[in-house]
Amino acid sequence: MKKIILVVDDDMDYLFQIKLKIEQFGFEAITAESQREGEKVIEAMKPDLAIFDLMMENEDSGFILSYKIKKKYPEVPVILATAVTAETGMGFNLSEESNRSWIKADLFLDKGIRTDQLEKEIKKLLKI
Amino acid sequence: MATLKVLVVDDEPGIRSGVERILRNFKVDYPFMDEMYNFIILEAGTGEEAIQIIEKDMPDICLLDNKLPGMQGIEVLEYIRTQKYDILVVMITSYASMELAVKATYDGAYDFIPKPFTPQELKSSIENITKQLFLKRMARKMTHEGKQVRFQFLSVLSHELKAPLNAVEGYLEIINKRQLGHELEAYDEIINRSLKRLHGMRTLILDLLDLTKIETGKPNQKIVDTNLVKIAESAIETMMPIAIQKDVQIVLNAPDKLNRQLDPDEIEIILNNLISNAIKYNKQEGKVEVIITEKTKSITIAVKDTGIGIDENEKTELFKDFFRIKNPKTKNITGSGLGLSIVKKIVELYKGEIIVNSIPDKGSEFIITLPV
Repeated sequence: MKKIILVVDDDMDYLFQIKLKIEQFGFEAITAESQREGEKVIEAMKPDLAIFDLMMENEDSGFILSYKIKKKYPEVPVILATAVTAETGMGFNLSEESNRSWIKADLFLDKGIRTDQLEKEIKKLLKI
Repeated sequence: MATLKVLVVDDEPGIRSGVERILRNFKVDYPFMDEMYNFIILEAGTGEEAIQIIEKDMPDICLLDNKLPGMQGIEVLEYIRTQKYDILVVMITSYASMELAVKATYDGAYDFIPKPFTPQELKSSIENITKQLFLKRMARKMTHEGKQVRFQFLSVLSHELKAPLNAVEGYLEIINKRQLGHELEAYDEIINRSLKRLHGMRTLILDLLDLTKIETGKPNQKIVDTNLVKIAESAIETMMPIAIQKDVQIVLNAPDKLNRQLDPDEIEIILNNLISNAIKYNKQEGKVEVIITEKTKSITIAVKDTGIGIDENEKTELFKDFFRIKNPKTKNITGSGLGLSIVKKIVELYKGEIIVNSIPDKGSEFIITLPV
């Protein structure tokens, strides 16, 4: 059975593109366009991996979704994707213990990441 | 489990023990807080005693009654503020002194709880404060003091600029690899989306330039004798193409001529922004009314629409940089989130005033008064 990846992002273009990529990687993509919609999906089903945008309705929507999904399914890997990163000083390094303790995600990714890198990261988290 | 110290300052022992009872086994949990918070209660019967405890134990939260025997609650608040202590203060007050409580929130109290309160009211207030405290401390950890506003501006800006770049780049990649097949029509939609995102980016850059002009200050302002009505007419003409697309009718309600000492470029920015919002957030076949009136010492520009309206709690956010109302109704409306912030900054340059009236699903009205 194909692995299911949940993607929540309020940028419909990003959603369209990442869905296409995920399908090319050989997975199934389920998409939601807001934190609220994402929460509903999490209530209804368990994906094999989740990719959340950081800023949606709220500045911390991505954090809240990661918290919620980890609470329900601690084993589901979570990627936080954002267009805000290093140059603003807002990069979070998840290998640091102090960050890992409050960010409930497994990986922080820049949205401009190359397709092959994205595939590699997803497969690593899915242990494929 | 982390523990927060709550200092209750009230001359009624009953209130103090009541708070202690309510919060004794209360715990607050919040997304991405690593641990739950519980509370220990410190008690003071007078303001003087409160200050001793503050100095000794440094509480995290202070529940403060204003009416105390000696030193008043508001003075304790003042003390905490001048010492720059990191304590969130909540005023406990009877309904009669509500006005005072509101004033206290201006003076730095975080919130107030009306007396008598139910255990639930106290708990939900404490819950909010705990979240606030957590976020505040987190934010401080993440940013350097004094740079926060700029930092936030830049991080949101880079987000807003990179998002459309990523989108367009992604689409070009799809085209480049012919991922949707070899029929040209298959790519129509993504080409349109790319154009739309590029257009949005251009608007953002133009708005940014406007913003820099205003923020670098007055040297650039060229105040001349300006006919407002003429500018309004040309702004309406500029916006006509997008109005026609939505079948929105624009009406100008103004005297034939109205001349004042103003910077015409700034007035144009104001009108363009307000009118384009009034069209974008309007319903199909809606109406936009631009009303210009004069008094001896001021002029008023009002732009009224029949659109989706603004929620009460969004009104205060509206003028912040990059704020955009996000809901299903606004999903397909593009904008930089800078327009109203620019408008407000210009209005402030003239020491003017901007107010918003709105009824959701009926329409909004922006009224600007400039003392010129």
